[in-house]
Amino acid sequence: MSVPAELQYTPEHEWVSVEGHVATVGITDYAAQQLGDVVYVSLPAVGSAVTAGEPCGEVESVKSVSDLYSPVDGEVTEVNEDLDGDPALVNAEPYNTWMFRVRLDGDLPSDLLSPDQYDALTKSAG
Amino acid sequence: MTGFAGFWMPLRYSGETAEHNAVRRAAGLFDLSHMGEIILAGAEAAAALDYALVGELSAVTPGRARYTMICAEDGGVLDDLVVYRRSDREYLVIANAANTARVFAELTTRSGRYDCSVTDATSDYALIALQGPAAVQVLTPLTELDLATIKYYAGADGSVAGRPAWVSRTGYTGEDGFEVYCAPDDAPHVWNTLLAAGVPAGLVPAGLAARDTLRLEAGMPLYGNELGPDVTPFEANLGRVVKFGKPGDFVGRAALAERATTGPLHILTGLTIQSRRVPRHGYPVLADGRDVPAGYVTSGAPSPTLGVPIAMAYVVPDVVPTAVDIRGEAVPAIVTELPFYRRRH
Repeated sequence: MSVPAELQYTPEHEWVSVEGHVATVGITDYAAQQLGDVVYVSLPAVGSAVTAGEPCGEVESVKSVSDLYSPVDGEVTEVNEDLDGDPALVNAEPYNTWMFRVRLDGDLPSDLLSPDQYDALTKSAG
Repeated sequence: MTGFAGFWMPLRYSGETAEHNAVRRAAGLFDLSHMGEIILAGAEAAAALDYALVGELSAVTPGRARYTMICAEDGGVLDDLVVYRRSDREYLVIANAANTARVFAELTTRSGRYDCSVTDATSDYALIALQGPAAVQVLTPLTELDLATIKYYAGADGSVAGRPAWVSRTGYTGEDGFEVYCAPDDAPHVWNTLLAAGVPAGLVPAGLAARDTLRLEAGMPLYGNELGPDVTPFEANLGRVVKFGKPGDFVGRAALAERATTGPLHILTGLTIQSRRVPRHGYPVLADGRDVPAGYVTSGAPSPTLGVPIAMAYVVPDVVPTAVDIRGEAVPAIVTELPFYRRRH
């Protein structure tokens, strides 16, 4: 699978797109394939504070549940309401299905992964 | 793909929900070659199985099958089995993959004083299951067997796609369907021929994930979840498989007779969840007025057919569960009669 070149990534298999002071977050194709069919996404409340590396929601699939981590520090400004009615969007188009947006509090974490680094991570994981 | 009992198996081919729905509406094809096949043959094979298992296998007529269990002396379930009587003197025992070695060892020991041989034939058989309302339509042109004469829990020797096979009308999905036991070398041809023939009818290959949600909706127990050495058939609401009236003694009789009298220690209970959060194996089950859990979830999943999360749970007797503790949140649950799904055709 190809990893979009314009995004940044985390070891928890989230992607991050930054425009100005706003980060948009979703999960990667690799994550979606590992989870299987997603049936419910529990997202952080708009207005809540999130911390890089801390859980802020959950992704329920048929077979398992996984924590959703925030890749950045900041305040949640928006969540993707479409996921409530159609969580399968995560499997269908993981890189076009954002989950939440965060107004950044300070700088981006320095440990976000480049596309090449993330690609290498998933390949080493099999 | 996932590691499962020493086999590398597909968890899903495309997506488990689509595979699940295909089995309910048309048909699915499962590779179950990991399952164990053990053959008991000899003049006293029937008597040996009557002693070794809780069922009355001597009462099974050739060509028919039984769902049964092998228990320890203390009544704990060592495995649940499907046993085919292939002739007067030969039985084919199907064991769960993870338990095959144990079942083979126990059957060998328990049949020691009977005139019969016990053979682990697992590597001689591939197993392909064709499940769903379109199964008859798909299989009919590929076999000379008259499928109308093969009733539920029966089987016959014949061929599928030109290759020798034992074909039985059994399954683990709650749908009509067949299981095809053939030589491993013939399996790719049988699989590919069935799949190609079935595509117009809506047949899809289906993996372990769909198999699990299908059997859960059908209220069927899974060894390691609802069944294990710490429960007897009575906890699993399957006391009917224990045949106290059969001739002779059998392993576990005394303990099972006592459990039949005292009643099960836990009640296998169906739960429907009033939330989109999903109960999972091991989650505590709560009841009003109790400050300790009333039981625990044995299997749980979002039900593709019903559109809500469902679970089976072991609950202490005389308590009505009201909620499942889903990672710290008491999510309301409604007791639901098992099975959650029963086919209409």
